[in-house]
Amino acid sequence: MAKFPFSAIVAQDEMKLALLVAAVDPAIGGVMVFGDRGTGKSTAARALAALLPPIAMVEDCRFHCRPEERGTCPDQCSSGRSRKAAVPFVDMPLGATEDRVIGALDLERALRSGEKAFEPGLLAKAHRGFLYIDEINLLEDHLVDLLLDVAASGENLVEREGLSVRHRAQFVLIGSGNPEEGELRPQLLDRFGLSVEVRTPDAIEQRVEIMRRCAARDADSQVFAAEWQAEDGKVLRQIARGQKKLASLTVPDAVMTDMAELCRAVGADGLRGELTLMRAARALAALHGADAVRREHLLGVAPLALRHRLRRDVLDETGSTVRIERAMGELFG
Amino acid sequence: MNQAGSVQDTGADTLGNPLADALLTLRLFALAPQLLGGLCLRAAGPARSLLIEHLLALLPAGTALRRLPAHIDDERLLGGIDMGASLALGRSVRQTGLLEEVAGGVVLVPMAERLRPDLAGRLAQAMDIGSGAGFGLVLFDDGATEDEGPPAALLERVAFQVDLSPLHSLDIAEVHRPRPLPTEAVESGDGDALRALAGTAIVLGVNSVRALLFALAAARAHAALQQRTTLDDADLRLAARLVLSPRATRLPPTEDERSDQARDEPPPPDRESDSDGDSNADATPPEDSVLEAAMAAIPPDLLARLAAGATQRKGHGSGGGQRAKSKLRGRPLGARPGMPGGGTRLALIDTLRAAVPWQPLRRRELPDGDTRRLVIRKSDLRIRRFEERSLAVTIFCVDASGSAAMARLAEAKGAVELMLAQAYVTRSEVALIAFRGGGAELLLPPTRSLTRARRALADLPGGGGTPLAAGIIAARRLAASIAARGTTPFVVFLTDGSANIAADGTPGRPRAREDAASAAKGLAGDGHAALVVDIAQRPRPEAETLALDLRGRYLPLPLADAAGLQRAVEAARPERLTA
Repeated sequence: MAKFPFSAIVAQDEMKLALLVAAVDPAIGGVMVFGDRGTGKSTAARALAALLPPIAMVEDCRFHCRPEERGTCPDQCSSGRSRKAAVPFVDMPLGATEDRVIGALDLERALRSGEKAFEPGLLAKAHRGFLYIDEINLLEDHLVDLLLDVAASGENLVEREGLSVRHRAQFVLIGSGNPEEGELRPQLLDRFGLSVEVRTPDAIEQRVEIMRRCAARDADSQVFAAEWQAEDGKVLRQIARGQKKLASLTVPDAVMTDMAELCRAVGADGLRGELTLMRAARALAALHGADAVRREHLLGVAPLALRHRLRRDVLDETGSTVRIERAMGELFG
Repeated sequence: MNQAGSVQDTGADTLGNPLADALLTLRLFALAPQLLGGLCLRAAGPARSLLIEHLLALLPAGTALRRLPAHIDDERLLGGIDMGASLALGRSVRQTGLLEEVAGGVVLVPMAERLRPDLAGRLAQAMDIGSGAGFGLVLFDDGATEDEGPPAALLERVAFQVDLSPLHSLDIAEVHRPRPLPTEAVESGDGDALRALAGTAIVLGVNSVRALLFALAAARAHAALQQRTTLDDADLRLAARLVLSPRATRLPPTEDERSDQARDEPPPPDRESDSDGDSNADATPPEDSVLEAAMAAIPPDLLARLAAGATQRKGHGSGGGQRAKSKLRGRPLGARPGMPGGGTRLALIDTLRAAVPWQPLRRRELPDGDTRRLVIRKSDLRIRRFEERSLAVTIFCVDASGSAAMARLAEAKGAVELMLAQAYVTRSEVALIAFRGGGAELLLPPTRSLTRARRALADLPGGGGTPLAAGIIAARRLAASIAARGTTPFVVFLTDGSANIAADGTPGRPRAREDAASAAKGLAGDGHAALVVDIAQRPRPEAETLALDLRGRYLPLPLADAAGLQRAVEAARPERLTA
């Protein structure tokens, strides 16, 4: 069945924005999606991956090497040919073991020929694509640590079982979870670049529209995908333009000052807040095709970039989003 | 709510008859197993076997059917290298996964309430991807108590929940029915039909889009069963009743509340009437009749629970219980060298891994004629290690009666919140029981979630008599169920100890004190650690007596603040156990 088209997702503007920003600049460091079950979190992430154009990689390379990087992976891929493959989307299951995630000794080859070979794990599979983890708040902490570490460094380093392997693993990490079922430790939360809160649309017409579109897709997914192809194409061009534009964009000092002031006003811990805010604002400006980063871009991404970094006051009922919006209102009118 | 009226209004032939409902559910499911995801079945043995036989008869001949054993490993579930065969043959042997084999068929999951979370995760993932090779899922819920249930991730992905637990045997009459149409032949609903379902979902607080899509699919299947290609009201009502109402998280507002609510926030019902205000105003809007059908099917205890503002659980079996169960086994810590036996188990894969790099060398050392393919030495042996989380559940049993409430309730709330903030680090859980007026109430099942805790605390009311015995009994029951999961309960009472309501709810000090004392001794007999925090303005002997009966510690805190209370609890907590 063809994937659900990204542009056919009803409402959920904030989640779509976060995904697009992360697609333009993967260095932002992942998106954490909070929300109930059945609100379309994984559908959106999958749809974005399916929307992106196929990427070129060395034929038969298990590490998704770009053609110009031929031979630089642990396999030392040598095939002169390259192939086009869809952007990888890896859905990491809750019970995944560390072996499966980072890769392990290839037992089969070891037993048969006594060769010490590395069998790539999910991190290698996700290279140049997306790694989606549902219910990340239920995942064992040591795995989350590991994932965030690799996501930030863009490299997976395996030092175990007599193996010493290092391979590229650059991906957009998307975690989702329902805070009702357990919290993610604040240290881990802080390492996600952006966070969004997703809710099922309350408006009845939007829900009706969701049902309509899903029914249409069930009836014939190909036709449905074809209907939305033009819209998806627009999104695709927007991302491509943004990626191209990103390098040439600079953030003026005035906007930098705004960012620092905002972070101080909301009491965001650490420097990651400012850095992510800067990258996200730049990515948004690039996405909009602007020539310079302006305050409006900052305001557009501030809740996404800061909401999960506020120090939690257990006795304060006010949501983080409200606190950020209040601070933005006070600082910038 | 006028249930009798709703019964008549719905006009559905199976309403009020759980068996007929169950059979209809099976027929719907058999018609479109993948579209409807599956069903969760709660029924006693013989009835269950009969139902399954019935389901098999309904499914088209040749439908694949697999039972999922709880111990299945990834290779068997998803396909992969067959380690045993590969070792024996010296070449890699692939095995097909169970999910691959069952494509287009039905997977039966016995004892679904004990399903490991990782397995539930795999299944959920397979159902989500399900491109053309999906499967229907039948979860057997054998949970003995309300707080056990199949993993929420799977419940979310099946359309129906069938509860036949009161029935022990049943008699299914064979009725010849017309051949149903394929579900795809039925139209996918016009605006009014979809609006009726969406509106009902909003009113019942069903937030998942999946539920909505299941409802639509169920309505279409129902129409297909009756060889109609158009949806009518009966289909929608049935879908709302079977799919939406088991997932209700709130009660629809009554008429007066509607007008009340209209003032402060825009309630969903208003928006509905706006959206079809231009249509014929005299006819009953479809969503009203659909909603009534759904309401008629809401179990009475759910009504009571929701009306009391108690636990806001999503369907049956929230994440809380499930997570606690996963801890039972502990976190695999990887293997370490050692000899199996004495309760430790051999980690086969790790042992092989340790042996493999040495094989060429060892083979060279083998005497001639020994053609063993694999030489394993004792030093290669690895054993499994699990880290049992030192998961302690602290049960706060809070006296919310009139005498205690005014002075100390705020501190108690504060302490629970502080404990929860700590739970980030210690990974311990907190539960909250309040007793006041006529009895005790579990406000917060064991959880680490700040969000839920905060909500439960905000709703904690104060005032009324002091049913201390009821509080202790509730705490004991909870402690027993926590201990049964392999975690350690620790009960903290915040009370002034002046009981004045007996266990059966009748007022009277002497009886109340007696009951409390015997309940306390019962709890002590179970061997659970307890702490009594005297929250009276001036310490009184009653609370100290209670502590004695509980064989617990007594802590007079005449002027404790939340932080002081938390320190006291941390200090009094028994040594955390690590296995």
